[in-house]
Amino acid sequence: MTLELFGIGKRFRLGGEEVVALENVSLSVAQGELAVVVGPSGCGKSTLLNIVAGLERAGTGRAVLNGREITGPGADRGMVFQSYTLFPWLSVRKNVEFGLRMKGMPPAERLERARRYLDLVGLAEFENALPGQLSGGMKQRVAIARVLANRPEMLLMDEPFGALDAQTRLLLQDLLLKVWQKHKTTILFITHDIDEAILLADRIFIMSRRPGRILAELPVDIERPRDHTVTVSPRFTAIKKDIMEMLWKEIAQD
Amino acid sequence: MSRSAPALGRLAGRTGIVAGTFGVLLGIWCAAAYSGAVKDLFLPKPHAVLWAFVEMQREGILWQYAWDSTYRVMVGWALAAAVSIPLGVLVATSRRAGLVLGPLMEFARYLPVVALVPLTLLYFGIGDGQKFAVIFLGTFFQLVLMVADSVAAVPRDLCRAAATLGASRTQTYALVLLPGALPGIMDDLRITVGWAWTYLVVAELVAANSGLGYMILKSQRFLAIDRIFAGLMAIGLLGLATDFAFKRLTRLAVPWSEKAGGR
Repeated sequence: MTLELFGIGKRFRLGGEEVVALENVSLSVAQGELAVVVGPSGCGKSTLLNIVAGLERAGTGRAVLNGREITGPGADRGMVFQSYTLFPWLSVRKNVEFGLRMKGMPPAERLERARRYLDLVGLAEFENALPGQLSGGMKQRVAIARVLANRPEMLLMDEPFGALDAQTRLLLQDLLLKVWQKHKTTILFITHDIDEAILLADRIFIMSRRPGRILAELPVDIERPRDHTVTVSPRFTAIKKDIMEMLWKEIAQD
Repeated sequence: MSRSAPALGRLAGRTGIVAGTFGVLLGIWCAAAYSGAVKDLFLPKPHAVLWAFVEMQREGILWQYAWDSTYRVMVGWALAAAVSIPLGVLVATSRRAGLVLGPLMEFARYLPVVALVPLTLLYFGIGDGQKFAVIFLGTFFQLVLMVADSVAAVPRDLCRAAATLGASRTQTYALVLLPGALPGIMDDLRITVGWAWTYLVVAELVAANSGLGYMILKSQRFLAIDRIFAGLMAIGLLGLATDFAFKRLTRLAVPWSEKAGGR
């Protein structure tokens, strides 16, 4: 067992009003598993991921990674954000080297590793470009290379393809599947896109609207390796129908 | 760095427009002065101002005064910048510091620095120290708040990304927050150095024994309007040069920023 969440709850104040973001969320993600949390927007799924990342503290409950309680951010949990988080003053290569620099890795080794991971995401020839010169999709590919180069125990992805156009999103989903197939990093992936959830996941956690709870846990028994072509298979459609029905009830309450 | 031909063309076009603006201004001035429409007492003839420059150069005061003023601006403003940048970062990053310093800065920045000139005279006399004090008081409080804004404008996710890549708090400040805020801070510095010029001239007009503001005041006593104009032009040119230098510096310091492209 890699990641375990026990009864996570979180409240915060929003304009003088107390909002319950998360209520009694328990789940576990196994070593090498690709788990996806899907839920309506504003359901607190990003808050959940931030708690796992150590960027926010849980109000109640415990988050445990490999037997150690999570108390703050660390390089063992790499994160890819929805917003573009490449450092605009550093070249693509220096961005990928950032975490390695924090670890005190010697420059030659850093360079070699950065190039390897840039190659993995197909951006080897852009190593000297500045982030400002890249498209949104390329930026997120560099962000993935940057986080993988750090060799985290776990990858946290907060709607990383949410800001991209549909075609680019397909390309990046396939790229992520390819990379994951090769490295088998444990991934906790957050999205509101049901297709994306089914395409990527070993297991899907469906969250309710606020206050966020886990409504259901759903294994995705579609054969691997996968790519976007599975999205038109009957099995895919059947799973999608189940999830839609559950989520629709949540959305329709508004 | 090599410039492409279209870029050179654009540069020439911009220079042409700037030259045109000043040309038109000069034309209106010439027309008003040489036609006799405005009396010499109120508007000197352009050649008289040019002559005033030559005379001041001969007397050895042109460069001396220009240097005195520039020196005062640079020292006073650099002191303000040196203290306000760390404080601004503190205000932006620590809630407690923000609570303590924020209201204080807001209060202080509404005190017109002109009203503080008598106090500075009392405390520091009429020497350079008093000029530094006026410039410091005029720019420091504003700069703290401007720097705090620039630091706060750095996307939070950049710092969070750094933290999840293993950066410590200190590393995040030094390697992410500061470089991220630098384009904004460069802008803040460029704007406030302009104010520093204004406050310096105010200080020199009130009490000084050298400097361009002092020269303007002295010329007023002798009704030497040509010298007043020469002094004003010198200040304007120095301001223009400072601004230009700052834009260059910004381009060097933050080449990755869109702000470095200039307008």
